Amino acid sequence: MASNVQTVFQRPSALKEVPTHYCAGCHHGTVHRLVAEAIDQLGAQQQTIGIGSVGCSVLLYDYFDIDVVEAPHGRAPAVATGVKHVHPDSVVFTYQGDGDLAAIGTAEIIHAANRGELITVIFLNNTTYGMTGGQMAPTTLPGQVTTTSPYGRDVTTEGHPIRMAELLAMLGGTGFSARVAVDTPKRAIEAGRTILKAFEMQKKKQGFAFVEVLGACPTNWGMSAIDANARVEKEMMDFFPLGVYKDVTADGESNVFKTV
Amino acid sequence: MSDNVFMAGYGGQGILLIGNLLACAAILENKNATYFPAYGPEKRGGAATCTVIVSEEEIGSPVIGRPASALLFNQLAIDKYFERIAKGGLCVYNSSLVDQVPRDRSDVEMIRIPANDLAAEAGNARLVNMIMLGAYAGRTGVVSLESLKSGLDSILPERNKRFIPANMQALDRGAAFAVNA
Amino acid sequence: MKKRLFVKGNEAVAMGAIEAGCRYYFGYPITPQNDIPEYMSREMPRVGGCFIQAESEVAAINMVLGAGAAGGRVMTSSSGPGISLKAEGISFMAGSEVPAVIVNIQRPGPGLGGIDVSQADYFQAVKGAGHGGYHLVVLAPHSVQELYDLTMLAFDLADRYRMPALVLGDAMLGQMKEALMPHPYQAPEDLPRKDWAVTGKHGRAKGNAVKSLYLGDGELEAHNWHLHAKYARLRENEVRYEATGLDDAELILTAFGGGARIVKTAIAMARREGLKVGLIRPVTVYPFPAEIYRKATERTPKVLCVELNNGQMVEDVRLSSAPGADVRFYGRPGGTGSLPNPEEIFEQICKHYKD
Repeated sequence: MASNVQTVFQRPSALKEVPTHYCAGCHHGTVHRLVAEAIDQLGAQQQTIGIGSVGCSVLLYDYFDIDVVEAPHGRAPAVATGVKHVHPDSVVFTYQGDGDLAAIGTAEIIHAANRGELITVIFLNNTTYGMTGGQMAPTTLPGQVTTTSPYGRDVTTEGHPIRMAELLAMLGGTGFSARVAVDTPKRAIEAGRTILKAFEMQKKKQGFAFVEVLGACPTNWGMSAIDANARVEKEMMDFFPLGVYKDVTADGESNVFKTV
Repeated sequence: MSDNVFMAGYGGQGILLIGNLLACAAILENKNATYFPAYGPEKRGGAATCTVIVSEEEIGSPVIGRPASALLFNQLAIDKYFERIAKGGLCVYNSSLVDQVPRDRSDVEMIRIPANDLAAEAGNARLVNMIMLGAYAGRTGVVSLESLKSGLDSILPERNKRFIPANMQALDRGAAFAVNA
Repeated sequence: MKKRLFVKGNEAVAMGAIEAGCRYYFGYPITPQNDIPEYMSREMPRVGGCFIQAESEVAAINMVLGAGAAGGRVMTSSSGPGISLKAEGISFMAGSEVPAVIVNIQRPGPGLGGIDVSQADYFQAVKGAGHGGYHLVVLAPHSVQELYDLTMLAFDLADRYRMPALVLGDAMLGQMKEALMPHPYQAPEDLPRKDWAVTGKHGRAKGNAVKSLYLGDGELEAHNWHLHAKYARLRENEVRYEATGLDDAELILTAFGGGARIVKTAIAMARREGLKVGLIRPVTVYPFPAEIYRKATERTPKVLCVELNNGQMVEDVRLSSAPGADVRFYGRPGGTGSLPNPEEIFEQICKHYKD
């Protein structure tokens, strides 16, 4: 009997077996898993160093069974730069939220990309500051109500959401920049492939690699997990279109998003 | 032999360069020396000053309020710094660019040297600094002319090393002037 | 015998660092320390090291954090305004126990201030520029030779105590040139292994986490007591100072760094006039050499503290001196025309010697 049992699904080795602190319906857990799967598939768990940021994902070391440095708010790409130059053969990634990466850490992300640092950046865009309680983020959509844009984000005074995947694609050092989502199984699988690709590019020294993941934050959006999941497609994708914005390894059209 | 010397003039007159050279020559002679430049945000045309201290002992302050010697390169410098020279001190000044010494000081030895004219005679107007330094070293003997000449190689930037022979001649010319003055 | 070199202070810092095995330098230009990144950009590639001109001091210090967390010997340098920007990263490094060397070639402030000689950043260096109540090892060289030697020492102390070390220079020391006797670096044999560093697990059972966040019940307090104990060990083992002329002193002068150079000449002038003046010069300003002040002021209560600022170290001198000590202050804050000369300090000595 037992010999006929085949393992078809299991916890990635790069993830620890611990209960999650993330809210129900939060997409961080899914993205953690996809990152861990990519590390496993590369066989890189023993060589990987993660850089945590400040935000809900600050406890990276509680979930990933790898070496981790905790960076000050927004500075993960600079910390990753330092780590990578000491251990050039290691696999270094940062995991950052939208406040961290697109507000306080704008300078660090742009210049790490522009220098072509051989790191992988996973960027979770959920249009809000999750950990501090749902304040307006640089990615908050026009009209979106948050605790610091109680009348809805007014782009004439509060600026426009920043499209990071497009912005970083413009820089010479960027080898790969894409935006994915994990709101459906199909998109989650595509997201996993994209994240793997972003790690492979690091191993092959093909430039700075960036993956923006659209994520749900039911708690701060004031929605049920199901409604929040639905908002990703209904509201976010219009403003933040999925796709590959740069891939220096592609000859012609990218095939990553055929199913999206 | 010890001394402390203050140098002042326009930026571009090579004052910081000869300050460097003097301190470097002293170190080549196994003495102690400090070189301290005053510096500003501008790269060209401002005032340039520096202080060099040469001593057989450990040197404390690299700056000094009343220097024993001064190399003053123009009217502005002599107007501003002449009074600071210590009693019994030495003032080497560039008479090509100084019309008037602020006052007679019997307590200061004066060396009046037309450095621009001597540099022009030597064939290169930019050698004013070496003429002045040669005069100072020739008169005081704080470092030997030979040490200054050996220092040129480490002080001059690569692109100016072809001028080393001309610099050496200017040092000699300044020294000869001061000794015969 | 190796040849004495004629070296600029800033370059001596960079030379000492490379000799001590520093192979990572991250910085951002600011006067009056630009000779350091310029030297590093030229020499690091020649020794197989890494130089990056960061987009800001903020980024630079976080590159330092990363390289230090990864186990590298790493340095950055700046001046006051840049150190302010680095303060966040320095606090994180103190909290996460990341060794690194930070150099401050001080200029006058506050704000943009100026670019001349000053010791305006004593408080910033010693009392903690950043948040959270931490200490750095702070070394205060007073010569080109010490810039070289103490930069080397800073790497060893940083590694030994797993904390950032700061070399507190100033524009006078950084811009002046004098003789330097280079010497080969010898690593102390008992430096602890960096088995805490992030390298990739490489078979290690547990992942290493270099972090400063402690949320568990009692965790942060325990961590802070651990840091506190480390600072106590520093005070026990690493105090360094120069003291001269204390045996017969009627007046003790005290000064650190570049200011002490000016004071030394003033003391020589005073001694020539027959005035009995001694000197205490802290070499480590953290840990502060409190004990020598207590002992010296028990015999000679009158102290004149001279600084190139409006009175910062004098607070530590007062805290350290014996009860009843008469601690006085003379200083100028820096800025064009604000550098006191030895004659000026000599006048102060004469004045305070009498009354």
